Parts: sequence; structure tokens; C-alpha cells
Amino acid sequence: MRYDRKLALSGFCLGIESSADDFGVGIATFNGEILANKSDGYIPAEGGIHPREAARHHGEVADKVVNEALQEAGIKPAELSCVAFSQGPGLGPSLRTGATVARVISSYLGIPLVGVNHSVAHIEIGKLQTGVQDPVTLYVSGGNTMVTAFESGRYRVFGETLDIALGNCLDVFAREAGLKHKKGLPLGAAIEQLALEGEKFVSLPYVVKGMDLSLSGLLTAATALLQKGECRLEDLCYSLQEHAFSMVTEVTERALAHTEKREVLLTGGVAANKRLQAMLNIISEEHDAKFSVVPLQFATDNGAMIAWTGVLAFRHGLVVPIDESYVKLRWRVDKVDVPWIQ
Amino acid sequence: MDTVDKVNQTVLLKKGAEASLFFTVWNGRKAIMKVRVPKSYRPLALDEQIRIYRTIHEPQLMHEAKAAGVSTPLIYMVSVPHSTIIMEYIEGEQIKHLLKAAGKHERHELCRRIGISVAQLHRYGLIHGDLTTSNMILSPEGKVVFLDFGLGEKNSELETQGVDLHLLKRALQSTHFQFWEECFQSVLCGYRSVLGLEMAEKVYEKIRQIERRGRYVEERKQ
Repeated sequence: MRYDRKLALSGFCLGIESSADDFGVGIATFNGEILANKSDGYIPAEGGIHPREAARHHGEVADKVVNEALQEAGIKPAELSCVAFSQGPGLGPSLRTGATVARVISSYLGIPLVGVNHSVAHIEIGKLQTGVQDPVTLYVSGGNTMVTAFESGRYRVFGETLDIALGNCLDVFAREAGLKHKKGLPLGAAIEQLALEGEKFVSLPYVVKGMDLSLSGLLTAATALLQKGECRLEDLCYSLQEHAFSMVTEVTERALAHTEKREVLLTGGVAANKRLQAMLNIISEEHDAKFSVVPLQFATDNGAMIAWTGVLAFRHGLVVPIDESYVKLRWRVDKVDVPWIQ
Repeated sequence: MDTVDKVNQTVLLKKGAEASLFFTVWNGRKAIMKVRVPKSYRPLALDEQIRIYRTIHEPQLMHEAKAAGVSTPLIYMVSVPHSTIIMEYIEGEQIKHLLKAAGKHERHELCRRIGISVAQLHRYGLIHGDLTTSNMILSPEGKVVFLDFGLGEKNSELETQGVDLHLLKRALQSTHFQFWEECFQSVLCGYRSVLGLEMAEKVYEKIRQIERRGRYVEERKQ
């Protein structure tokens, strides 16, 4: 299995994303067309993601989702030039299931394997879909809360959570409040709905430390008020959102002022929230920057982002031999070289 | 005497995230006017709470920093209703730019002195809260002057001291990634020279704990 220079000019890459609760498969052409983006999500019976159960789910749906993607793209397995997988960061059992599927495809078809960093992939698909070139990116999801910008060969972290992720904060609060998954909608959407009916602003901890922020105290305080039962749930949802979103917006604005970039990109599952979008739009305008939100199907975890980043990496010869393709549970975005950016 | 309302002929120097900095003249002295402008993205109640809190606390902390032995600009005037602080204009160059241009020996010396100042703050129970090399200026007299105490607090806990240094480390990593390790070692060297080995070791251990708590850190324990 060797990197073929001719193939690097045209071809198809199949990407597998399985870092958390979604098993996604995408197919990208080498010139940046997304031909397929299929996914099957694991929904816990109760509580948060159980890593073992998520991995079991991924194993069960893998062949179905791979076939759906190939069908949607209208290509045969033999036409694939390489296969990419989400190598980390994420939950071990989930990542390993996706990696196993990718290794099987790679060795069966005799095509190169490409390991992709999940966070880099979120940024790259966002750039591809929105057309931004060099943004300050706020990536907010169930597992991540970080502000990044490209600087000298890597995406550098200009701010991040010191403890829990924004999506996690909202999810846990929603579960404490007994909110249920509505079909196809994450718990955060339920909070967003209730927050629209919030009237009273309840003061909660607001913790920004330098470039970083902390959300665990906010969650604890909001949950304690909830359990006391003296505040309306709508008011708490509203106040929780306002505090948490103000923190990430302040940190993003600091990165924007510091780097003096001209574009702001919002991605990750929480990017779907209209209130957060509105806040970031305001700071972008104040700094004469263009604000873009990644479309939802490419903002949540998805296979297309792995496929596209796989293309970028493959074109630079970044393939990984199967026996070295172990998953990296703690692979920070600022540890990854991105040679495709000049 | 000039009041905030009467200060005119201001020149916008920097539109930061949190405040706008204007160059101005206050009673014949070169001055910086720091205005925490209202942020329309957040609710009015939260916005006022944040701006008032930071406008009151920043000058207090800057004053106490002097007592701790750390140079900070003199405060000329504070207006809470305008969330505005007028302070001494410090001549000199930002450490951020100096480090980029400096040679190895000079970098070590600058960073060591930053470490000494941070230790002096901590020994006095002060936390800067936003230690970056943009927030430090080397004055013509050769003093490292600390700016921007807006996120600071009075606190003597090991935890907050650890976070303070961790943030400086993170700032070095993102801004001076070519030689951040060497810089941070020099900072720690200065820090140790003030607080002594035993105390400094405790803070380092705290930094390591804080880092392990972070997301996706390789050293993190299961």
C-alpha cells in the first residue's frame, strides 16, 4: 500500500466518524465535492453516552451506513482511492469500532488508510462548506469547547474550557430538568425552546479566566436552583444559555481581537442554537469580520468531514500503516500539523 | 481638573475584546483611557454587572500590586458610571514584541523577571487572571509593568495561583510557540527565586493537576 502521486489528483475518499454517539460515513471527491454523508446515531435509553453501548451500536450499524453512503455517492468500493477514519480525540470503544471498519476496508481493497483528527476535520469541513479561508473558529459540542485559529502550521488553541464542554453543560442540565429527547433533536434544542419563554434573568456564576472559561460552576449553580424549585424552568434555561453563551462569545471576541483575523466560523452541535449565532454575529460585525455558521449536517459529527480532511491529508502523503493506526483518545488539535495550509 | 466627560482629543489605540483603549491627555499628562463599552450581545443585567465589577476591581488590584512590589500604571481617575479608568501612559514596548525579537539570553532574562513579578503578586495574595505577554510592557527604566487586571482577584489559594501560571503557559504556547518551553522554564526559574523551592513545587504540582483536568490531555489519568 503506497501513496500514489497520480491518485492524489483525482479520486474518492471514504471517511468514517465514530468518536462519540454518531456513526457517520461520508464520501468526498478529491476536488472537494461531498457525494454522501450518512449517519446513524446511538440514543441512550437513559442518561448520557455509555461508551460500551455506543460502540456496540456502531458495530451493528456499520455495514448498513457504509453501504448507504456508497449507494448515495453512486460509486463502487473498488473506485475508492483511500479510506479515512476519525483517529481521535473521543471515546475509546467508539473510536476503535470506526477504526476497525476503516482497517478492514483498507486491507480488503488494498487502499491507503488515513488517520484524521476529529477537531481538525470539524474546521476543514466548515471551511469547505462556507467558503471561509482563515477563520477564528468556535467549536462547541458535547465533548468540545474551543476557540482555534491557524498560526504557523497548526490550528492553535486561543481559548477553551477548563472543565466540561458547553454541549455537555446544557445536556446535563436538561436531563436534571427531566427533559426528553424529541425525535431527531438533541437535548440542547429543548433548552433553546424553553429559553425563548424565559422572562427573568437569574444571576449565575460567570467564569472567564484569561483566554479560558469554566462551565462546571455554572452547571452546579443552575442545577441547585432547579432542585430548590423556586425558579421557573424557562427562566433558568434562559439564564443558563445567556451566561454560557456570553462566556464563549467573550473568549471568541478576545481571540478575534488578538489574532485580527477577518472571519469567524461557528461549528459543532451547539452551533445550531440561534441565540449563540446571534451573539457571535454581533461581535463579528464589531470587528469587521465575516460570520459563518456551518450547516447543521456538517456541524454535528459527520463522516463527510473525515472524508474531506482525509483527502487533504492524503494529498500530502499523510497515510498511516495499519499496524500503527491505533486510536488517540487525547489527540489535541494543537498537536496536529496541517501542511495543506500555506 | 478634567473629568471623564471633559476629556477630549482622544485617539483610539486599540479596540480590544473587553475594552477600548484611547490615548489622551489628562491634566497635562499623557494618559490611557480604558473604556469598557457596553456589549449588546449579552443581557443588560449581565453586561452591567461584568463592566461595573471589573471597573471597580481593576484599579484596586493595580494599587495592591504596587504594594506587592510589581509595577503597574498609576491610576488618575475612575468613573464607575462610565465604566472608565484613566491611567498613566507607559512608554516602552510590549513584552510580546520584545520576546519575538530577542536572543536566547535576553528572552531568559525577560521571562525570569516576569516570573519574579508573578511570584510577588501571588505572595501578596493577588491573582492577575490574564497573564499574557501583551499585558506586560518593558518600561525605558527597565521595569516590567503589568497591565490589564480586569480578570484579576484577591485570592491566596494554590488552585487559583496554579490557574494563573497555567494561563501564562497557554498564552506562551499560542503566541510564542517556537520557544514557549524555554520561556516558561525561565518564568518558573524567576518564580522559584522568590517563593522558594518548596512553595514553588506545590504550585507546579497544582499546574500539572489543572492540566490533567483539561480536555484531551495526553497525561490525563483515566
